[in-house]
Formats: sequence, C-alpha cells, structure tokens
Amino acid sequence: MLYDVKLTIDYAYDAPTDRARNLVRLLPSDIAGEQRVLSRLLTVHPMPPERSERVDFFGNSVTSLVWHGPISEVVFKVVARVERLAPAPRLDLSPPLGLFGAELAGVQSLAPASPHHFAAPSRRAAPDPAMTAFARDAIAGAPTVLAAVEAVGRAIHATMRFDAKATDVDTPATEAFANRHGVCQDFTHVMISCLRGIGIPAGYVSGFLRTVPPAGQPRLEGADAMHAWVSAWVGAEMGWVEYDPTNQMWAGTDHIAIARGRDYDDVAPVRGAMRGAGGQESRQAVDVISV
Amino acid sequence: MQDAAELSQNHPYLDGYQPVAGVADELYDAQGRMRPVWRPFVEAFSRLSPDEVRARFGRADQYLRDAGVYFRQYSHDPNTDRDWPLSHIPVVLHEREWEAISAELAQRADLLEAVMADLYGEGRLVSEGHLPAELIAGNRAWLRPMVGVRPRGGHYLHFLAFEIGRSPDGSWLVLGDRAQAPSGAGFALENRMATGRIFPESFPRARIHRLAGFFSDFRTALGELAVDDHGRRQRVGILTPGPANDSYYEHTYIARYLGIPLLEGEDLLVQEAQAMLRTIEGPEPLGVLWRRIDASFADPLELDPGSWIGTPGLMEAIRAGQLAMVNALGSGVLETRALMAFLPRISEVLTGRPLDLPNIATWWCGSAAERAYVLDNAERMLIGPAKAVNLPFDLAAATAPGGDFHGLARPAVEAWIEAEGGLLVGQEAVTLSTTPAWREDEGADAPGGHVRPCPMTIRVFAARTPQGWTFMKGGYARIGPEGEPTALAMQRGGRVADVWIVSDRDVPPLTLARRGDAPFRRQAENTLPARAADNLFWLGRYIERCEGAMRLVRSYHLRLAGIGTAEDPRLDRLDAFVTGFGIDLSEPVPGALIQQLDAARGCAAKIRDRFSTDGWLALQDLAKTARQMTQTAQPGDDAAGVMRVLLRKITGFSGLVHENMYRSEGWRFLSIGRALERADGMAALIAAFVEAEAPAGSLDLAVEVADSVITHQRRYRVETSRETVVDLLALDAENPRSVLFQLGELKHQIEALPGAVEAGRPGEILRLLLPLWTALDVAAPEDVTSGMLGEIRAGLARLSDLVSQDFLR
Repeated sequence: MLYDVKLTIDYAYDAPTDRARNLVRLLPSDIAGEQRVLSRLLTVHPMPPERSERVDFFGNSVTSLVWHGPISEVVFKVVARVERLAPAPRLDLSPPLGLFGAELAGVQSLAPASPHHFAAPSRRAAPDPAMTAFARDAIAGAPTVLAAVEAVGRAIHATMRFDAKATDVDTPATEAFANRHGVCQDFTHVMISCLRGIGIPAGYVSGFLRTVPPAGQPRLEGADAMHAWVSAWVGAEMGWVEYDPTNQMWAGTDHIAIARGRDYDDVAPVRGAMRGAGGQESRQAVDVISV
Repeated sequence: MQDAAELSQNHPYLDGYQPVAGVADELYDAQGRMRPVWRPFVEAFSRLSPDEVRARFGRADQYLRDAGVYFRQYSHDPNTDRDWPLSHIPVVLHEREWEAISAELAQRADLLEAVMADLYGEGRLVSEGHLPAELIAGNRAWLRPMVGVRPRGGHYLHFLAFEIGRSPDGSWLVLGDRAQAPSGAGFALENRMATGRIFPESFPRARIHRLAGFFSDFRTALGELAVDDHGRRQRVGILTPGPANDSYYEHTYIARYLGIPLLEGEDLLVQEAQAMLRTIEGPEPLGVLWRRIDASFADPLELDPGSWIGTPGLMEAIRAGQLAMVNALGSGVLETRALMAFLPRISEVLTGRPLDLPNIATWWCGSAAERAYVLDNAERMLIGPAKAVNLPFDLAAATAPGGDFHGLARPAVEAWIEAEGGLLVGQEAVTLSTTPAWREDEGADAPGGHVRPCPMTIRVFAARTPQGWTFMKGGYARIGPEGEPTALAMQRGGRVADVWIVSDRDVPPLTLARRGDAPFRRQAENTLPARAADNLFWLGRYIERCEGAMRLVRSYHLRLAGIGTAEDPRLDRLDAFVTGFGIDLSEPVPGALIQQLDAARGCAAKIRDRFSTDGWLALQDLAKTARQMTQTAQPGDDAAGVMRVLLRKITGFSGLVHENMYRSEGWRFLSIGRALERADGMAALIAAFVEAEAPAGSLDLAVEVADSVITHQRRYRVETSRETVVDLLALDAENPRSVLFQLGELKHQIEALPGAVEAGRPGEILRLLLPLWTALDVAAPEDVTSGMLGEIRAGLARLSDLVSQDFLR
C-alpha cells in the first residue's frame, strides 16, 4: 500500500521559553521488507538556528532542534510518501513457551534488534504482579509464543476500554491497567508490561494508521492522531512481530511505523526541554491517505 | 618472638588486643609479631598519656567540626548531618606493599577501560559469549546513546576507585569497582588533615607519603584533557547534583582544594554541540566535566527524562567529541555485581593474562551449574541482585547473607534462586583483616581506652594521567565494629580512618600549591558562573532583608514593652508597614523572617565552594538560633531581646563576609544585592515614616530602625525634624545607611561589571541608575517626596531585573 502522510503538531507555551531544545522523532524510515519511504520532509516553525539529523541506537530518525531566543509556539509539519509492505504473520513458526527461554538465552547480541533490550523492565513498561497474573491467565493453553502474544493482545482489548479523555501522556501503565481504560499509548504499555512479565521481549512502535478505511470497513481507533502498537520477539525463526492491541489486530499494511524502542520514552515524537516556567498545550492533526 | 606480657607492658593501649584466629591482622603477623611498619607509630602512640590521647583526639574532632565536615544521612532534612565518624588510629601500610597493590590495580583499571570500549563499541564480549547479553542489555547503567561514541581524549575512564580487603592468607582482594562517580577522595584528604592534628610530630610524619601529589597530577591531567584540537585551553568544571546529595560536602571541598569551579546542570548549556559554561560574561566553552552525578541524570533529553539536574543537549556535545566526561557516561555499568563473575575470564580474553589482583569470588545464577553451586554453598554466600551496583557488604533489602533470607528457611531460599535465576548472584562471604581501632574504657571514672582489632576495607583511588594510571598514596579506610570480621559486619560499621603509606626514609615534601601549573589555576578563577553570581546576589539581598526586618521587629517590641499596649498609632503604622513585607508581628519571631533566613542559607549552600567555612557556620548558627527562639519568644522585651541576639549574629556574618571575602566578581554581586536591598528598604522606610501625616514619634522610629540615633544626635544636635531625618537617611553621602550612599555603592560596583560601559558610554544598567543617583545627589530635603522615593524604588526593581537578565542567566 502506498500512502501520503500529513502530520501537524502545535505547541503553545503559556510563557515564552528561553533556549528551547527539542529532540524530534517524527520521520518514518525504511524498514527492510516492511516499509519503504519514498519522500519525507519535516518543517519547523519558527525556524530553529540549529538543526541536525541522525539515527539513534534503535535505528530511528532523530532531528535535533535548538532555538537560542525565547519562543512561545512551535509548529512541526511532516509530509511523507510511504510504501507499506508488512504482511501480518501467517505461518506460526514460533517455539512452544517451554522452549522459549533457552532460545532467548541463546541470542548473544547487543545489536539494536536483539531481544535482550526488550526483555527487562523499562521506565514506563515494568511488569507488575497484577499484569503478569492477567497475562498468565490469558495465555493458558496457547501452544506457541506467537499464539501467546495474540492471546495477551486480545485479552487486553477485551478488558480495556478506549477512552481519549481518561489518561494523559504521563499515565503509568499500572494505573491505566487498574482502571481498564486509556488510549493507544496505554494499551501498548500495558501489553508490553504483560509480555515482559511472562518472559516475552516486547517493545513500543510509534506511527500512523490509515485515516480512511477501505470501503465497507470501520475506521480504526486512533487514526486521528499518532498511533502506537507493540512489537514482540517470538523466537529466532520468526523474530519480531507487531500487534495492535487498541484495534485487536496484527499490524499490517494499515500501519506505518515511525520509531521503535523499549517504551514511549525511547520514541517520544517530541522530547523537549524548555527553560522557563508555565504550562504548555499541544494539538495534533494527522492525515494518512492511500494513493 | 615477642612475649605478649612484654608487649602490653611497653604498650599499655595494646593490652588485650587479640586478633581473631584464622583472620589476618594489620598490626600483627601470623606469628603474633608486630609488623615493623607499625612499630614507629605504636612507639609514639604508647608514649602518650590517656589525657594526651583524649586531648589529641579532641583536636581532630574539633578540626572536623570547624571545617564543617559532615556525613549526610539519606534525608532531605538539613538537620540530619551528623558528626564525621573518624576512627582516630590510622591504617599503616608499607610503600612496597602499596606499590604492588597499585601495579596490580593498574592492570585492572586498564581492563575496565577495555571492557568499556567493548561494551560501547563492538560488543564482542557478548557476541563471543564471554558475557551474557541480558546483563548488559537489561542494565540501567548501560546507556544506549553512548554506543558508538568515541570519547574526547580517547579514553572512557579517568578516575576510579577500588574497594579492597585482605584475605586470611594475607593476600588482597577487590570487593568492588567504583567507576560511575567514585566518592571518598576528598574525605580521604579530610581524614588526613584531622589525623595530622592527632599526630603532628615530624616523626613518623616525615615518612608518610603525601596525598597532594595525586591531586596535583590529576588536576594537570584534567587541564590537558581540556585543550581542544586547536591547542586552546577550555574550561574544566566539577558537576554536582547539588546540596541535596549525600556527598555534596566532598564536592565543595574538592572544588575548593583543586580550584575548579563547582557546577550544577543549570550552569551549562550546549550550543552548536559545544558545552558552554554560563558566566557573567556570557557562555564560555567547557572542555571537561568531572561529574559527580550519575550518568543517567546528565541529559534529560537523551537519558532519564525525569531528571531535573541535568543539562539538555549534553549528550550531543559528547557525541561530537567536544566534551570529555570524567568518567564517560555509562561507566556505571562496570559496577554491576555480576560482572565480577566474568572479569577473570574477560581478562584472559582481552589481555591474555589473568587478573593480578583477584576479585571476590562471584557466581551468576543465570547458568545452571553456577546456580547449583550457589545453592549448595548458600551458607557461605551473599546472595543478591545481579545488576546491583552497591558493594557486597552494603546490604540491599534483597540480599541473603549466608543463605539466610530474612529468616526464611532454606527451601524458600532455593525457591527464590530458582525463580529469579539470572537476576541473582552469589558472592563469597569473605573474611576481612582487622586493624587497630580505639575503644574507650567502660566507666567514666577511669578515663582511658585501648585499641581493639576491627575489620577494615580500604578504598584505593586511581587517576589517569598522560603517563598512565597514578594512585593516591593513601586511601579511605572503613572500619567495622569489633567482633566477627566478615564482610557483612562492615555495613554495621560506620567509622572511617586515614591510611598511611610509610616509607623507610623521609619522603620529599610536596604541596598542591607548589606543583600546580599556574596558567590552569588562573583560568579556573577568572569568570564567574552565572548561577554562582545569582546565588551571591540573592544572598546579599536576603541577608539585608533579614537585617532590616529584625530592626523593624525589634523597634516594634521595644515600643510595645514601653507603651504596654498594642493600641498605639505608631505601632499601627509599623504593623501596616511590615505587613507589606509579609511580616506578621503577632509572631514574636515572624515566620517570614525564618523563611528569608532559610532562603539565604539555601543560596549560600549552593555556593559553598566560594564561601568561607566560618561564614557558612555563622549562617548555619544564625538560622538555627532563629528557629529555636520561635519556640520560646514572648512579645515585648523578650522578643526585642531575641532580635538583638539575631542582629548581633547577622551583623557578625556580614562582617565575616565583608572582612574576609576576596574582592572577586562574586563579592561584587553580593555587594550589589545588599546595596540594592538596603537602598530600597530605606526609601520605603522614609516614605512611610517621614511623610507629613505620619503619627508623632515616627521620625525617631525611622532613625532608630536605620541604626542612626547617635549619628543624628552628633550631626544635628537638635530634635528630629523632617529635614534632619531626610538629610541623614536619604541624602548624606557619608552615612552608610542612606539611600544616596547605597546608590553610590551600586554605581561603584556596577561600573566595574563586565560590559557596564559600552564603547565609552554607560550601558543600559548604568543609564538607569545614573539619573536616580544624580537626582538624589543634588536634591535638598524638601525635594525628597514620596513620589521621588517611589521612582527610586521602581528604578531599583527594574535594575534588579536588568542585572538578572544581563548577568545571571
């Protein structure tokens, strides 16, 4: 599928900030076999005097922006054309859960795609007894790791209610899980925590969903803003698979990835340090049209 | 062989000193003979009478109290600092033994550097199976943004510490590596200073190696690291988490000792990938940071986003090779306990040689064979978190000593190890050597004491220089309680001691001042960091504000005592006046005053490296006294008396600062803050008490609050009138309390600030100040209206903003 992506994010600050510095992860990248970026452009207003691009540890595109004077508003605009190839997993070649631990231990690597980065607790996705118990119940009878991932994703979708007002960007996964509601970020953190709790390495993917569904299909949840879903490592043979618990589906050609990491902190679209007091407000608008 | 009876006869303090069987002792060898290296010390010490011992120990303790050395408990309450727990008897080692230890640890330091380079480079140790991936990838101290980054200067590690202990067979053992931001070197210096008060005699002192050379070499090395690619010398700083940190005292001490500015995250900014120090003259390039903060807090943008003490963009400067960190961010991963299990093998792999100095035997429970071994030998193990970075004897809640996990039965320990597996390590519960420590005799009627064998560990410090690793010839010893000398006992210990490295001949004297390279020292002292200037400015303001408030409160209570009732127009006016400053006179020691004093103390705490110890102690004492007196003070005479005491203390503090502080840029900002506050306070006072409708007696009150009663009598020899009071308090250029005097002081100080004069013309701040000063300078008393005073006050407020904007950000 070929898409035209448009994204606008606005930040307005109550008090002008001195020497603002942002790290921005808004540009999609090529992913072998899954996604090809034909064109991409990030424009920033007001124009920062310092701007540089690089790739972070996990392979995400990062833009560093620095303003030397005070600013009271920032607008980020992304325009990209992306071809999405990723198929949902068809054949289950993952090992049974009983053999999984040894298979994981056999991976001797610190490379970015190594599952070991995603097995341990991270700041925003740490297993806790409640989520781990929930996950254990969910996977009862699952023959393989892949089946277990899907079972956990389905269970979360079944128990958690999508509610755009109930949580914010800083809500801990434990709280979203306890209240059984949240947005895609919460669903994703809960699922990562659940999977890590039962020994399955899992990470966070930020990206977009197509805005207008194919004829006859319902519009997906989370399509009007940036989206998030889960990537999970299901063994040496299959490697990484992606599941969207908010929509109870394998991520496929409707999903366009921007960044991957252990949790939201690794992929935050705009990470900013503003010198100055006062609050801030942000709005975003997304359009993902198939062409 | 020496007879024990003969020993105790010659050395009464050694009477009953009985090393534990099967344990090495520092004083006696395995055959019970005193080690020759201790002999001169023991002879000298034994000649002291009990009273002398007591007096000398007291001198050391007094030194530590005077120097303000304290031990911060883990708490945010500033009152939990406790006395420094000095064990007065040093640990004595021969230089030959120390040289051997140093050489062996140098190998270890090089090995740790190689491990760093691999973990943040190729990752061969993991990919070739010498180190489990999960120990690194799941480790909070392994920082992904550092992967692939080549450190400025080419090295990751520059300053290390090793905690070592002596095994029963007399050999040494590494108990832990400190690579994140090792503390203790400054405390070792303080222990040396204090111990010097106990044993001031030239013998055996002349044969003890000095510590200064180590610091001097390290400072030189930092200076060289700060030379950029174009041969320009950039600045060096010490980065501290701030006064809330438990070793902040040490940071200030080291900064003062080395003449390197002590910085916090907000002192820095990053521009074009260059770290800059915010100074009162604008940003200056910074080449080296000796960091005392944990790496994950260094940059909230790329590391822990919850950090408030870091500097956004620091990682960018490091990545660009523009900033050397001592040590490189991410070095904390080397402290991981489980790494000890793999280092012996890694040493063979990376260097082809075994470890010269072995570390404490460690088994990672992530593999089946080791797990089984730990289970079978749980009684002789400390079992704890694999990725913990504290020392084996700093027991975390989840460490099971000797297989006994919080009283759980053995099956529970087995289940624990099986369940947690790779999250745990077992470490041998080693036995440490004992060393003499003083113990007071029981019973107060017989003053005296004896030395007793107590377990000890020593922290050894290593610094990288262009010539290789150099080791402090001395160390920081921790002394545990008498009794079973296991590593475990150390956590209940809590005394520290000096370490003497003794030569067979006199060692050449060496002080830091003589060896220090002059250009580096000068540079370190030049431009003032903006945050330090800001704190000094506000310190000046708060102190003056407090003093003004104390005078007002005193006048109120004096009159209250005289009149006997609060129903009085003068008191009403005074009350209304101070209410405007947030002071509630129904409290004999107003809470607002305490808050201002705390604010002053907070400012001073952040700049302790630029501030005399006496000044700091005086301020501490002032705040403490004020707080205590809030409990007891009564309105009237009593409250007036309290204010008199506080005024004496605060003027004492001001005197110390004024008399003793070096006339640096810092002093200038302190003076500006003070003059600004005093001019403003006086203008407000005149406006409120000298205007026409003020109640009778107000003029005298104003003169009294201004501490100018005597001057008025002498100058005018008449009753107070509006003219005389305005003349004295507003217009008299010789009266240090007058508005004109303080505006003149402001003018004098501001003219000396960098950039105050632009191209021969007054800059913005002076353009604001000069008309105020001139108007007052040429005014007659009748010109000084409340309108004019209001303009002066508004001008001063604007001036404060401009000073902040131009210099303090």
